[in-house]
Amino acid sequence: MKQNSPVIELTNITKSFGENTILKNLNLSISDGEFVTLLGPSGCGKTTILRLIAGFEQPDEGRILLAGSDITDQPSNKRHVNTVFQSYALFPHMTVFENVAFGLNMDKMSKSEIKAQVNDALRMVKMSDYADRKPSQLSGGQQQRVAIARAVVKKPRILLLDEPLSALDFKLRKQMQVELKQLQRRLGITFIFVTHDQEEALSMSDRVIVMEEGVIQQSGTPKQVYEQPANLFVARFVGEINVLDTVVEKHTDNGFACKIEGFSCEIHSKKRPAEGSKVSILLRPEDLRVEELAKAEKPEAGSIFGRVEETTYKGATLESIIVLPSGKKLLASEFFDEEYEEFDYKLGQDVAISWVDGWEVVLVNE
Amino acid sequence: MNERSLFKTIVISIISLWFLIFVFVPNILVFAVSFLERHENNFVTFSFTLENYQRIFTSVYFTVFAESFRLAFISMLICLLVGYPFAYRLARLKGRVKHILFMLIIIPFWTSSLIRTYAIMIVLKTNGLLNKTLLATGIISEPLELLYTGTAVTIGMVYSLLPFMILPLYASIEKLDKVYIEAAGDLGANKIQTFIKVIIPLTMPGIIAGCILVFLPSFCLFYIPDLMGGAKELLIGNLIKNQFLSARDWPFGSAVSVVLSCIMAVLLLVYYKSTKLVQKSGERGGI
Ligand SMILES: Nc1ncnc2c1ncn2[C@@H]1O[C@H](COP(=O)(O)OP(=O)(O)OP(=O)(O)O)[C@@H](O)[C@H]1O
Ligand SMILES: [Mg+2]
Repeated sequence: MKQNSPVIELTNITKSFGENTILKNLNLSISDGEFVTLLGPSGCGKTTILRLIAGFEQPDEGRILLAGSDITDQPSNKRHVNTVFQSYALFPHMTVFENVAFGLNMDKMSKSEIKAQVNDALRMVKMSDYADRKPSQLSGGQQQRVAIARAVVKKPRILLLDEPLSALDFKLRKQMQVELKQLQRRLGITFIFVTHDQEEALSMSDRVIVMEEGVIQQSGTPKQVYEQPANLFVARFVGEINVLDTVVEKHTDNGFACKIEGFSCEIHSKKRPAEGSKVSILLRPEDLRVEELAKAEKPEAGSIFGRVEETTYKGATLESIIVLPSGKKLLASEFFDEEYEEFDYKLGQDVAISWVDGWEVVLVNE
Repeated sequence: MNERSLFKTIVISIISLWFLIFVFVPNILVFAVSFLERHENNFVTFSFTLENYQRIFTSVYFTVFAESFRLAFISMLICLLVGYPFAYRLARLKGRVKHILFMLIIIPFWTSSLIRTYAIMIVLKTNGLLNKTLLATGIISEPLELLYTGTAVTIGMVYSLLPFMILPLYASIEKLDKVYIEAAGDLGANKIQTFIKVIIPLTMPGIIAGCILVFLPSFCLFYIPDLMGGAKELLIGNLIKNQFLSARDWPFGSAVSVVLSCIMAVLLLVYYKSTKLVQKSGERGGI
């Protein structure tokens, strides 16, 4: 397995349905063995990309290269790419065994070889005991495993998974996420995974590709996408985030000075946008530190303060909405601290807000 | 609620009464008559006999049954071969063309099938439309002798019964989710393999329903062999008709009728069992 050699390349892909241009001049290159997730709002073209790679749709323009050779004009049955469909699409008239054997039968493999490989694949997804059942006699999670076995048994270069977990309940979904990830490591097959669920995307992928309306907004590791969003769309789409708009007043030794919602602040940042330029300061809720202010206590000069408007208990964390004097609302999320038992703000409590220098993201607005 | 149940009761009573008077009673009569003896003037005499049934199993009548089966089978096969591609295209079409094609199937139902039989005879006869066209275009030099042959009877049957094949096929192909076809392609099946391994099995209920709907009625359309075969072809339908109307042998006609009903009942049972089987294996997995 050669890392970094692209197994699939989409170059200048344009795809329209009638009047609607869904993908415009899209370029995408995925390395061998990568677990890539396409993340984006509904209708942004994620499924369309998978269908183009699988060969169910033809691009209007652009080429698709699989391991260096052009497959743009190849029909889907000739491509070494397999799909796990969102609805699983197991053939209802065949048993689990027959379903998994279907692809191998098409390859004209010998009966004994097929039997061995199907049994291996079923064992891998822990479905050996169900080989003689019909899909209708299986639960959603079991069907899902069969669908994976049926695709994986073909030993594809790329496995395409279109929201394969969306039909499962929360617990099963978590379990399948781990299993899929392990399977991918074990097989070394490139996975292209589509999901709506940003948490799923972050926890499973080597690389996350965030899309909006057919355009790739950012492509990077989960950490990069979460901690250094390339733009406001990515910042807002991947997780919760507080966005504070401000103007750079003047450069300082370590960053720049600005007014945030009326409070004078100094942002310590390597990025120093020109004085006078509009910037957005982005802060994740969990990066905010909230401190209670005693009744008479005056807030320190230079810090931001507000009032607790609402708190939501989330199990491991406590989320609070804090209103600044300007009316701006901030979301803060904190882990419960064993040592700090009485950590439950009263509504209407005055609080000071701060964050670790350098954890904020500064985006320059054009 | 009471009003509704009253309405329901009335409707069900009317239908039940209808079935009793026009289906059940006549069938009982036919069944009874089939065990009686023939009489020159009164049609039947009231003495029990099994002779009518014994007569059916003589070679002459056996040939009639065999011939009827052969014709029914061939008509069914042709209807299936012609109807399937048509229904497939129809199910995948959208918009106006689809509506127009649907109308083309439905419109013949508005005309008596007897009249339609005469219509197709006009097309097929020696100096009819078909021969004239073929002669004019120079494809043939001698007019084809089509009418009053076995071929004509088959054409007539197919013509009359094709819609009964197309409609159930259409219904089951329409229901077929395209994702199965894509999945087959994804797994390496070419178009033919996909058709044989996936599309045919998944549309089997429609295929069986269509075949039954063509096969069974083809026994009863006695006027098609009568008119188009020039009464040369003797089929079960004609046999029954002749016994009642020409030979005036009601008991024998009844016996043939009863046997035919039994055969149909068996076929329907087979159909019922097979759809059950297909349905069981065809229950859609997942969402
Ligand atoms: N066969 C088609 N004909 C017409 N429009 C289509 C077709 N397939 C997709 N589209 C349109 O293309 C756009 C992108 O669809 P696509 O299925 O790729 O979105 P998606 O990102 O997968 O969304 P979701 O998250 O809801 O699955 C949508 O606006 C959709 O309506
Ligand atoms: Mg989709």
